[in-house]
Amino acid sequence: MNILTTSNIEKRFATHLALDDVSISVPEGSIYGLLGPNGAGKTTLIRIINQITGPDKGSVEFSGRPLKADDIYNIGYLPEERGLYKKMKVGEQALYLARLKGLSRHDALKRLKFWFEKMEIQGWWDKKIEELSKGMAQKIQFVVTVIHDPKLLIFDEPFSGFDPINANLIKNEILDLKKNGATVIFSTHNMGSVEEMCDHITLINKSKNILSGPIDKVRQSYGSNVFELLLRGDIEKVRENLGSNYELVSHKEDAGLVNAQVKVHNYSEDNRLLKEIIPVAEILGFKQAVPSMNDIFIQVVQEYNKAHGLK
Amino acid sequence: MNKIMLVLEREFLTRVRKKSFIIMTILTPILFAALMIVPAVIATLEDKNERHIAVIDDAGIFEGAIPETEYLKFTFLHDVEVDDIKETFYDSNYYAVLFIGKMVASTPDAVVLYSDKQPSIDITSHISSALKNEIESQKLMSYDIENLDEILNNIKTSVRVRTIKWTKSGEAKESSTELAMGLAYILSFMVYMLIFLFGTQVMRGVIEEKSSRIVEVIVSSVKPFQLMMGKILGIAAVSLVQIVLWIILTFGLVTVGTSLLMDKPDTADANKQMVTSIMEAQGGAQMIPDTAAADNDFVSEMMGALSNVNFVLIIGGFIFFFIGGYLLYAAMFAAVGSAVENEADTQQLVMPITIPLIIAIVVMVSGLRSPDGAISFWFSMIPFTSPIVMITRLPYGVPTWELILSGSLLIVTFIAMTWLAAKIYRTGILLYGKKHTWGEMWKWIRYSN
Repeated sequence: MNILTTSNIEKRFATHLALDDVSISVPEGSIYGLLGPNGAGKTTLIRIINQITGPDKGSVEFSGRPLKADDIYNIGYLPEERGLYKKMKVGEQALYLARLKGLSRHDALKRLKFWFEKMEIQGWWDKKIEELSKGMAQKIQFVVTVIHDPKLLIFDEPFSGFDPINANLIKNEILDLKKNGATVIFSTHNMGSVEEMCDHITLINKSKNILSGPIDKVRQSYGSNVFELLLRGDIEKVRENLGSNYELVSHKEDAGLVNAQVKVHNYSEDNRLLKEIIPVAEILGFKQAVPSMNDIFIQVVQEYNKAHGLK
Repeated sequence: MNKIMLVLEREFLTRVRKKSFIIMTILTPILFAALMIVPAVIATLEDKNERHIAVIDDAGIFEGAIPETEYLKFTFLHDVEVDDIKETFYDSNYYAVLFIGKMVASTPDAVVLYSDKQPSIDITSHISSALKNEIESQKLMSYDIENLDEILNNIKTSVRVRTIKWTKSGEAKESSTELAMGLAYILSFMVYMLIFLFGTQVMRGVIEEKSSRIVEVIVSSVKPFQLMMGKILGIAAVSLVQIVLWIILTFGLVTVGTSLLMDKPDTADANKQMVTSIMEAQGGAQMIPDTAAADNDFVSEMMGALSNVNFVLIIGGFIFFFIGGYLLYAAMFAAVGSAVENEADTQQLVMPITIPLIIAIVVMVSGLRSPDGAISFWFSMIPFTSPIVMITRLPYGVPTWELILSGSLLIVTFIAMTWLAAKIYRTGILLYGKKHTWGEMWKWIRYSN
């Protein structure tokens, strides 16, 4: 079942079309990656889901019915442009933000105590935000995002501003949230974390959804024409022996072994790549290369822009 | 509504706990009280030292003609030259030496006061008026008019215009133009200052939320309109608390201060002193009559007028028009705050807001002279200036229908302005990176949701 569906969303600002016919479906309990170059429209889509702004056309459904005002209590949002009141004390501020999310003072205090202990930040309660480092403030920010135990969490660039240790801590917290049944949408430029965490992705480019689906399928569908080989032999001979349908994309030599990537230009069932290599080198390993999300991202965006005459 | 209350609570609490709020709340009444008490105290403390002035009267006609006061004594010396006394002056007890030349009746500068200190204006004016009176009466006497004393007594006159207001119900109330003017001036200037003070606090609050980037976190929980209203109303609550504390503390301090500092603890008298000192401070000095008797009349007349001032109406009107004006301007200040990321960028955008306020102050000054004139009337109806100009007119008395009309226009306008400002605000707070112009802000108004 989908916890969130947007259908044919369109949003226009003055002369600029921010979202054009964008539909996404976020399965319940998944981690959903929202990818795209800067200015593609991700943040606008996220703001529409958070009801900060409304769509010009299209609709949003939450848990199978149209999104309503009270649904903000079931959504936790960590914006990309985030911060806290610098002069306000940590505890007071966390309490205020928790109450704005509909918690009673009593519940908010209880949950904050739990989270502060979990993140090992109990000692910060009476400190002002301006006394904390950026990473410390981000931890507080994370806590107030999840404090009301929302069904859907939206993180916009959650790892920016964290050192690797804290980024890892947040990553594990997000995976924990998923384990406990929450759905997570997150937008990031860090493709490594997308591969590691996401179940589904949507790639938005120039206001449009240009690629959507489960991450494994997406990667496989873009990986079918590159192969990785582990060889013993002379790589130059291999290169000479390859027919015109094959191209040695890259190779790396290490202790007499060669790691090579070969691209098949016209891919068909009748793949004769091995046949061309066997005469010149010993083959130790052979597999289809699954491209990184990074490669897919760049390839898809560039192809789309080229096809539509955009830069 | 609940959300607005939560925001309001935060805005209120974080502000009233600030050191600057506490300091302002305490210092301002001390300043006000000092402004009221100090001139009065100075007036009562006036030179309590007994001063002796030696008089060398070459004209020989003034002995006994200069009246002595409690603290000012005159000793006429005979057969002494100024040069003689000069040598012994430092060892003598004299405060000063007054030399009156022979030709005093025809040469105005024939009178000289020698001293090693700078004699106060009170002393010189006391002497000059005494000499002038004496010379005038001697000149008159030289005409040999019969019953001169009688005639002189007869023509001595003192005129003061008392103003009595007739109300519709037929009552006659003692009123005072000076008092109304003083009140009008102080109150309307306060409205101006307070709208600025608290309006810019709203603007600063909006900028703080935008530049610290907390605003998007908050608007994912509350509507931008609720956030803006919560802030405006929270600061309104701060301003009311501050004003009420100012009034209470000022009255308290003045009461305590006068009873402690004044020789005569009787408060009616202290109040009189205060009224005169306020009037003097308000530039009403020319209205203070010469003679002590008239002075007393004037003060008791003031007291009568003071007790006839409708304080409930004036304080009520003050609070209503201040809050109305504040809400109107706060909405505009919030809109400006949403369009910038730091205070330095606000100047240009704030200009159009300050112009009507400055016009109001200019009209206020002319309104003090003709509170019922056409200019005063119209500007007290226009909502952008009415909070200040109507307060100027209030102490003089304003017909009820005008108050109601002006008040309603103000309410309607601030609702409309809040609606417009909210549209600018909800777009502005989420746009980072550059400062925007009024033109762009006008476009935001037309954005849908």
